[in-house]
Amino acid sequence: MKDKHDKHLNATPPAKPGLIARLAKERPTKPGEIYGVPGSGDTMMLSLATIAVLLFIWWLITTMGWIKPLFVPSPQSIVAKFISVWQEGFTGSPLWLHILISAGRVFGAFLLACVIGIPLGLAMGMSPLIRGIFDPPIEFYRPIPPLAYLPLMIIWFGIGEASKVLLIFLSVFAPVALGARSGVRSAAIEQIHAAYSFGATRWQVLRHVILPAAMPEILTAMRIGIGFGWTTLVAAEMVAATRGIGYMVLSASQFLQTAVVIMGIIVIAGIAYLFDLLMRLVERKVVPWKGKM
Amino acid sequence: MSLNIENATVIYPGTDGRPPTEALQRINLTMDDGDFVVTIGASGCGKSTLLNLIAGFLAPTEGRILLDGTAVEGPGADRSVVFQKHALLPWLNVRDNIEFGLMLQGHAKAERNKVADHFIALLGLSGFENSPVYALSGGMQQRVGIARALTCDPKLLLMDEPLGALDALTREKAQELILHLWHDTGKSVFFITHSVEEALFMGTRLVVMSPRPGRITHQFDLPFSQQFLEGISARTVKASPDFIQIREEVLAIIFADEEAV
Repeated sequence: MKDKHDKHLNATPPAKPGLIARLAKERPTKPGEIYGVPGSGDTMMLSLATIAVLLFIWWLITTMGWIKPLFVPSPQSIVAKFISVWQEGFTGSPLWLHILISAGRVFGAFLLACVIGIPLGLAMGMSPLIRGIFDPPIEFYRPIPPLAYLPLMIIWFGIGEASKVLLIFLSVFAPVALGARSGVRSAAIEQIHAAYSFGATRWQVLRHVILPAAMPEILTAMRIGIGFGWTTLVAAEMVAATRGIGYMVLSASQFLQTAVVIMGIIVIAGIAYLFDLLMRLVERKVVPWKGKM
Repeated sequence: MSLNIENATVIYPGTDGRPPTEALQRINLTMDDGDFVVTIGASGCGKSTLLNLIAGFLAPTEGRILLDGTAVEGPGADRSVVFQKHALLPWLNVRDNIEFGLMLQGHAKAERNKVADHFIALLGLSGFENSPVYALSGGMQQRVGIARALTCDPKLLLMDEPLGALDALTREKAQELILHLWHDTGKSVFFITHSVEEALFMGTRLVVMSPRPGRITHQFDLPFSQQFLEGISARTVKASPDFIQIREEVLAIIFADEEAV
């Protein structure tokens, strides 16, 4: 036994293992890190590098003329297009107005979905009666792509603002309501029992225990919901819109103005990303205790 | 305060074709003012079911629970519960957690503050009033839980393995703290534990329960908490021959139950 032990100690360490070996086996950590945490490590630099490389490849293939600008315009031309549309507008409306109108539609629908969806979700979580009534319709329409029921929206609500906002509303509503519904289960039974043993009413338990405990899940559901909202925006603005980012993208595509299409996509992505950052900030402020107890 | 449990039987209905379980079988137990009753027993003996009966979270299948002559029909502020864990509210700071019961009962802010100040000092939480509860150690979290339970001046304090999640050292300190609180406030305590040593040290009366069906098999009157409160150190009490003898006796009962499974 002792021989074997010594031999093991004296063995020269193997050469730096190859990529495959490192993927197959976890390496010991440095002090301050925890062994075996899946996917630990900072990715900031790598992410920035990825963006830089993608931009470089984009710039390279367009500048070298490998792909026609009709298919992929150069990054510079996108920036130039952004500036020119910002200064001169698109189809008679300035860019900020397009952005404002789209944001109004998305956030309006989002607010409406939260105001209705969160209380309804909570009620569904709290009451088998309400859950029994609302579960079938929500589960029925939830997996249907908004484009599929878009024609119905137009038939029922016309081509005005109502059908656009309603379409976005529906796409946000289901995830928000279902998030609030499952959030009801977040409160530990001990927390609920503690409140009742102080003589709390059902309403007090909902207000002071179940609702705050559900906040992390509600906020996550709101983040997911607004994501669905932005995805549905372009579909909503297919309906006789004359302004809006989605309209801008669609109408530019009909005139093969690829630069405007890409610019519009980037603007949508930018706004959605900024709002997501804002939601994360809200999350840190509102539920700093998330995952800590 | 007087608590009378009369022939309390709890039968859980069988699910998925399994037969019904008799969780508690004809439990008779009486508690008087100032009693510190500790319940111990092999897992599945119905300790927590019994606590839930007293708390009013569970209705007995047969028998009744009388608190000061009135049948218990649901939870109420005359019985506060201290849980093992997960019972604090992480979105409230220490002070607001302690004031939680008073807030639910609609007491004014100034009055809540005054009561909370008293218990913050009593449980050694001064200086942590504004800390988030999740930033506290397990021992301090449990002190917040105890303070919260005491604020509403309950007749009976129900403690469901309150020290079960603490490390050994913190646990011994917490035992002494609870004994001093019990002595100073004169509250009646119903206490569940898995630790025989803790049970013997803390209680004025030990209730030993056996599983399948859950029932009370032995009861012991205990002198040890009194000895500690008279000034003998906790370690000396726990190392005395009397203590060791009864500890082994109780352990033998519980081990026999565990092996019978």
